[in-house]
Amino acid sequence: MFGDYSIGDLGSIFVMQGFAGLILFSVYVLMALGLAIIFGQMGVINMAHGEFMILGAYVTWMTSNLFQSYLPGLFSGYFFLAMILAFLASGALGMLVEWVLIRHLYKRPLDTLLATWGLSLMLQQAYRSIFGAREVGVELPQWMLGSLKVTDSIEVPINGVFVMGLTVLITIVVAYVMYKSRWGRQVRAVVQNRIMAGAVGINTAKVDRLTFALGCGIAGVAGSAFTMIGSTGPTSGQLYIVDTFLVVVFGGAASLLGTIASAFSISQTQSTLEFFTSGSMAKVLTLLAVVGILMLRPQGLFALKVRK
Amino acid sequence: MTDNRFTNRSELIGILVLAVFLVVILPLCLDVFRLNLVAKYLTYAFVALGLVICWGYGGILSLGQGVFFGLGGYCMAMFLKLEASSVENTKIQSTPGIPDFMDWNQITSLPLFWQPFHSLTFTIAAVILVPGLFALVIGAAMFKRRVGGTYFAIITQAVAAILTILIVGQQGYTGGINGMTDLRTLKGWDIRPDHAKVVLYFFEVGLLFICILIAQFIRHSKLGRILVAMRDQEDRVRFSGYSVANFKIFAFCVGAIFAAIGGAMFALQVGFMSPSFVGIVPSIEMVIYTAVGGRLSILGAVYGTMLVNFAKTSLSESFPELWLFGLGGLFIAVVLAFPNGLAGIWQDHVQPRIDRLISSRKPKSESGWTDNSVADGAPAE
Amino acid sequence: MLIGHQPKPFLLAVEGLTVSFDGFKAVNDLSFYVEENEIRVIIGPNGAGKTTVLDLICGKTKATSGSIAFRGKELTKLKENQIVKAGVGRKFQTPSIYDDLTVFENLEISFPRGRTVFGALTFTRDAVVRDRVHEVAEMIFLKDRLDMSAALLSHGQKQWLEIGMLLIQDPDLLMLDEPVAGMSVSERAKTAELLNRIIKDRSVLVIEHDMKFVEDIAHKVTVLHQGQILSEGTMEKVKNDPKVIEVYLGH
Repeated sequence: MFGDYSIGDLGSIFVMQGFAGLILFSVYVLMALGLAIIFGQMGVINMAHGEFMILGAYVTWMTSNLFQSYLPGLFSGYFFLAMILAFLASGALGMLVEWVLIRHLYKRPLDTLLATWGLSLMLQQAYRSIFGAREVGVELPQWMLGSLKVTDSIEVPINGVFVMGLTVLITIVVAYVMYKSRWGRQVRAVVQNRIMAGAVGINTAKVDRLTFALGCGIAGVAGSAFTMIGSTGPTSGQLYIVDTFLVVVFGGAASLLGTIASAFSISQTQSTLEFFTSGSMAKVLTLLAVVGILMLRPQGLFALKVRK
Repeated sequence: MTDNRFTNRSELIGILVLAVFLVVILPLCLDVFRLNLVAKYLTYAFVALGLVICWGYGGILSLGQGVFFGLGGYCMAMFLKLEASSVENTKIQSTPGIPDFMDWNQITSLPLFWQPFHSLTFTIAAVILVPGLFALVIGAAMFKRRVGGTYFAIITQAVAAILTILIVGQQGYTGGINGMTDLRTLKGWDIRPDHAKVVLYFFEVGLLFICILIAQFIRHSKLGRILVAMRDQEDRVRFSGYSVANFKIFAFCVGAIFAAIGGAMFALQVGFMSPSFVGIVPSIEMVIYTAVGGRLSILGAVYGTMLVNFAKTSLSESFPELWLFGLGGLFIAVVLAFPNGLAGIWQDHVQPRIDRLISSRKPKSESGWTDNSVADGAPAE
Repeated sequence: MLIGHQPKPFLLAVEGLTVSFDGFKAVNDLSFYVEENEIRVIIGPNGAGKTTVLDLICGKTKATSGSIAFRGKELTKLKENQIVKAGVGRKFQTPSIYDDLTVFENLEISFPRGRTVFGALTFTRDAVVRDRVHEVAEMIFLKDRLDMSAALLSHGQKQWLEIGMLLIQDPDLLMLDEPVAGMSVSERAKTAELLNRIIKDRSVLVIEHDMKFVEDIAHKVTVLHQGQILSEGTMEKVKNDPKVIEVYLGH
């Protein structure tokens, strides 16, 4: 399948497809970061994670509409506010869900899977009732639409670079919060030994709730980024949930570095393959490769050998 | 303790009640259209039954049962489609004698893997063996490496996603998103008219009871007890000299084969097969049938399936927007409040009352511990 | 004891056994030998690698290097169920029994027959099985609890049940991880009596903290410290070893 292209062409194709994959990569990373916190750290399988992302996308869409109608002068900057709102909205919903549902199920991971799937169905229907069944698209500010010409054959879309930069920033913040801050230590303490953590005075219920909310909030930001590559419908989130889980599992569930590396390899494989074959075959091949590798190395790319 | 290898007395009563319900009451009370709906629901009951063995007893939650349902269904549908695509029926095509969707996709000869599906014997063998072997491969790859629980669930989901995308993408070979439609005859016998539907219904109920008896046999064998033991204390079983992986593979394969039989019956009964029964969404929905019925109850699986589907049909007919709320709420309610489903409610609230009613009339005959500790077990996890 | 006898081949020969978890050597170049019909007790402070040694022998943990020969068979190359078949039985630290099954069923599952998938499907509960289960139940003081759900047993009874599950397996080497932990004084005495009865015709490897109990049953004691052997010999000898006193008995 590479036969018709020269080496130079191939190089350009890989770079261009690579940048085309950047937004996908960013969405994967942001989704997976949230999930890595919830699944990797808390052991909760949140099948409604895609719906938290879509909530962020809808919030972004509403913000852009508001700015268009009432603050057209500030439209070029709406995206920043939209992302913050998306984070808050999804985070708040996450907090509510944790309180109503998740906290009863920490000892039954497979059951969280079923319960959150039920939640995702309800959220989908809620979106459909509120926003309608039709997909909505977000209009991007002018400055995000162009592309940077790097060489004669390579052009890089600005929104891709923007989302990418943002993802890097969020990743650094999350890594800092989880590994350097006092709160991150509390989270990890609760994960490793809930009873002991409670005994030394950590408010485990509060830590759980905030952790879950943080994961959901990041999914909301992923939703904001998502509006740049696709239109948003009630069921758009469902399409990403399995991919995201695979990203997290593939990376080794408890490792942030692994999550990023795996999001990168999966999204780049997929978008590069997309150039050579149909979109669906690219997806099939990518998923097959991931499942195949997971069968050979079930602990994921990055995992510690622990003494149990 | 019972010496019977299939049932004890109270279970036997339960099976007989279900038999009377399915064989006598429903056919007498329902018109052919409604009976055919029940027949469609029952095809999912096979899947739910398999999940009782694999999830309820074995603790292996597969979110990809649609894969096996689909594989069984597609095997059957391929045979029926070939029969419906005789040269005579398809003479207006540019290549007569091949399925219509192949012709639309500019395929000019029957692909090699379709050839053996001219034979009904091969097809029936394929309905069992293709999903069975596929489950064997997945199961061996995962369980031999000690992958289980949530990881296994996610992988099976990915498999469901892969197969759906593949079927939709390769429409020249599979009929794509529309699936295989317009299935007509089975060895010359028209499967579409009402009387054929009724015959198929009774055939299906017969098959269902065979599967129920197989499930009962497994449950009452030592293998059934080992599955229960494994669910809580996998290491203890392993260090009692059992290969835990082999038992899990067995349970997973049984679940897959039951699902495949359901899929094949679906193709016969409903007259088409499409990727919308293969993917993640239908696969998880099949899990909820089992959960509602009670993940540890063989008969509960049948009732749960019928109940959820009945609710789905009536709700989505009259209040389509309520259905997803209802289904979602059902998931949550079952998990939070009734982890053992209908069977659990029956056992905890109804059965004791009946027992009290009986024992208040009769002198107390036997006391002590019940012999159905397996059914009383706590939910997995 | 063996002076004048031709030395018999060892039942279990552990040589140069090492396991490392991400560079941390939980067991480091460990060698020891267990004879037929010997009761060997392993003691040592927390984190000395005692449980890891049992894990390595029964195949739960894979060794990084070294060998474990059992009756001349190399165990490090076998799977867990093959190790059981070779004649090694293992009791875990916390009682591992099947809560959802009856005491009878718990014991029956450990009966060494029908261990394949097909064998388990066609297994019949015949007189041989019944008699053996009753016999073992009597030994472990649970004869009148056979039809009871195992979940309802007391902690001590659960420990006995697990010992019973090993007995029915009839292993040549029985490994027990803290069999009397969490037991009352009377239960301890009963357990010691039980152990003294069941050690006939087999070797036993015990991890235990309770020194009184150790003194009661041990033929020979091995003291582990940081994955290595600190001292080995009779209880008397070990107790007077200054190294042992310093790291273990002294505080």
